Amino acid sequence: MSELLEIENLDVDFVTRRGTIHAAKNVSITVTAGEVLGLVGESGAGKSTIGNAVIDLLEPPGQVSAGSIRFNGEELRGKTDDQMRHIRGDRIGMIFQDPQTSLNPLLRIGEQLTETIRKTKGVSQSVALANAEELLESVGISEARARLKSYPHQFSGGMRQRVVIALALAGDPDLIIADEPTTALDVSVQAQILDLIRGLCKSRNLGVIIVTHDIGVIANIADRVAVMFRGNIVETGDVGQILGNPQHEYTKSLIAAVPRPDKRLHRFNSVDYIDGTAGGDSALNRIDINSHWLGRKSQLQQTATMQSKEVSAIAVKDLSIAFKLQGAILKRNRRMLQAVDQVSFAIASGESFGLVGESGSGKSTVARLIAGLLTPDSGSVELVGTNVLGKQKDPQIKAARLNLQMIFQDPYSSLNGRLRVLDIVAEPIRFYKQSDNEKHTRQLVYDLLEHVGLGKDAALRYPHEFSGGQRQRISIARALASRPRILICDEPTSALDVSIQAQILNLLKDLQDELGLTLLFISHDLPVIRQMCDRVAVMRNGAICEIAATEELFNNPQHEYSKHLLGLMPRMDVIG
Amino acid sequence: MLAYILRRLGQSVLVMAAVSLISFSLFNFVGDPVNNMVGQEATREDRVRIRQELGLDDPIFIQYFRFVSNAVKGEFGLSYRVRRPVDVLIKERLPATLELVAVSAVIALVVGICAGVYTGIRRDGWLSKTILSTSLVGVSLPTFIIGIGLIYLFAVTLRWLPSSGRAGVVELGWWKTSFLTVDGWRSIILPALTLSLFQLTMVLRLVRSEMLEVMQTDYIKFARARGLSERSINFVHALKNTLVPVITIIGINIGGLIAFSVITETVFQWPGTGLMFIQAVDFADVPIMAAYLCFVALVFVVVNLIVDLLYVTIDPRIRIAGR
Repeated sequence: MSELLEIENLDVDFVTRRGTIHAAKNVSITVTAGEVLGLVGESGAGKSTIGNAVIDLLEPPGQVSAGSIRFNGEELRGKTDDQMRHIRGDRIGMIFQDPQTSLNPLLRIGEQLTETIRKTKGVSQSVALANAEELLESVGISEARARLKSYPHQFSGGMRQRVVIALALAGDPDLIIADEPTTALDVSVQAQILDLIRGLCKSRNLGVIIVTHDIGVIANIADRVAVMFRGNIVETGDVGQILGNPQHEYTKSLIAAVPRPDKRLHRFNSVDYIDGTAGGDSALNRIDINSHWLGRKSQLQQTATMQSKEVSAIAVKDLSIAFKLQGAILKRNRRMLQAVDQVSFAIASGESFGLVGESGSGKSTVARLIAGLLTPDSGSVELVGTNVLGKQKDPQIKAARLNLQMIFQDPYSSLNGRLRVLDIVAEPIRFYKQSDNEKHTRQLVYDLLEHVGLGKDAALRYPHEFSGGQRQRISIARALASRPRILICDEPTSALDVSIQAQILNLLKDLQDELGLTLLFISHDLPVIRQMCDRVAVMRNGAICEIAATEELFNNPQHEYSKHLLGLMPRMDVIG
Repeated sequence: MLAYILRRLGQSVLVMAAVSLISFSLFNFVGDPVNNMVGQEATREDRVRIRQELGLDDPIFIQYFRFVSNAVKGEFGLSYRVRRPVDVLIKERLPATLELVAVSAVIALVVGICAGVYTGIRRDGWLSKTILSTSLVGVSLPTFIIGIGLIYLFAVTLRWLPSSGRAGVVELGWWKTSFLTVDGWRSIILPALTLSLFQLTMVLRLVRSEMLEVMQTDYIKFARARGLSERSINFVHALKNTLVPVITIIGINIGGLIAFSVITETVFQWPGTGLMFIQAVDFADVPIMAAYLCFVALVFVVVNLIVDLLYVTIDPRIRIAGR
């Protein structure tokens, strides 16, 4: 028995009123000590369920209905709660996705660590304290003794994830289950955390299961990979074999859908395995921009854009804004954060312009400044040749603003859950009085919904009835409803699965082709940027480091920071 | 931190100034004070003399200034009805009310938090359901009905406890306490229970709904995954996170308990400040009303100040933002 964990023919069911959902069906995987197993699949595939089943923390009504889970040759199924409590933490450690929420905000790091150490090892407080210090050092937190007294909010995201890892290691477990450990982190931090996990795995001879939807993570860390699709393991194998020579159709299309960092394609490959047609590209009926409503300009816009043939769609000059971190009466005592610092760029009509940078670099703030959601301290914003920083009631400015719409990152919180889709999409039409009457409005909404691949049946339903990708389509329909010429997309797909991401990005590309839209595309994801954008600006600490044509930036970055960022891109060279 | 406390104190002073202005205006709105003081047979000259003696002819802001400077010293003049200094009267009555409120607050907190945690964790148990539906009765019945019901059950039918009044009082300096004798405890139980019932329900339901929310969070799940004991998860990790909203409500309510124990004190003939206030209203006894108003405002301000400071000790995140 060399296997650390053996899962055999595991079935997990969720019994609900509407019938039983099989979250995992006949799943068999093994993990050896000193090995990283990647469990990859899209959301809803049942990957997290497996992790939770192993430590017996399935959310009710979930239950293991068949199969066996052997840990060090010992059957875990049928253990009592009390017995399981001594396995959790002591022998199997868990790392969760979001370091922001997995630490108790009201307890000091030291308290949380020593509590866990004392529970798992039964040592005294002073020993536990010394132990906690060692642990923090081993996960790469310096000045560990002082940091023990800090609260979680005093750490950055990456540091918090290190603390979470320290907590998972507190009981000296043999197996670590990491559920999307880097999804909520920046690229550079992500690489560090993955290195740390891999290092710990090798140095402590741990078995590690990494649950993730991100093929890039798998490529970087895993020794072996199990691919899950709808509760089934469709394929298991070495990382090189799975990524380089996938056997199963689903694996093939999943890997093909990952945006390529190395070359530019015209369209994203979509995961068309089995359910590929749902909202697929062919469902779009192409529209003729010259005759369609979306192509006609409203009267407001006509007055604004008449003279603007060669004018940039967006022109931003010396834009700056600072946020107050700490107020004080005396100016020199105030602590300010220069969120955007002297940013200037111009986007030509019909161009796709990318804004890339890590979190905190100010890219979203730039978008908000352009959209008028924030007012800059200094600088100017011009939309289709009109300076829009002025009285917002000025008809000239209002008309210019009408040209711009925004799509936000989180499709769950950006739609009002109490409104029907019809009203959500109709709101801009009604607000800007773009239709003749209510019947016309409805017709326009149906049309828009068809157009983004949802179908007009969606109009009478509420947002919670839709998946993340479908909601993002609703957001796009809403953005289009005021007939904008410019779309700002703020991380439109970072909350979505790869296959859905491909569909949404393709939709945006199609719309851009058909309607001649100008795109300001904000993302931290370099491969996505490469596929979507004509030109890219790299941002760091509120300032632009470099603006270049996309291919030029990727092939020959000039600025040090751009090179650094590009170096962090997940290595996908294993893919053939 | 010090700056934060100072700022809060500054705000408190503003509130008190506003309330004192309102209290002061009572004197001028509720009849002519001279009329209230002298008998029918007083002559015109007498009245003028008294007016001058009392300084009622002075400009209004000087009068207000005098009122405030006296109020700061705790002096609110003589009660019209009993002809004794108001501050002495309040001082006599205050221990009764404070003890009543203290006991009922302890009942509300201990029972409310325990039951709240219990119903939050065992949300589908029969006991939880019983507690929840009983507690609904607690909020939906008015205080005096509950008081009368308790008197009927425990005093009239079972004859276990006295029906009203405050017995077994022991004097400790100027403070008269009923905590030192069995009779004292017997007489405080019913009114305290009556007064606490509404608060208890509120605390219970608040703790429960907060618990339900907190139990869903990632850090609780992570605590489970580390194999921590149920007790530690429920009472250290979860309960502490429910406390901030609970303390807000408790803060407002304890102020309310002290200020508005009026009904309970009336039902049980409890000799506290609430009963005194009701009697003062009956007789248009303006000095007592004004003093009571200021006193209640002071209680609210102090309690809320304490609540704000408690926040900061409970939630370190507020410490950063609040500075």
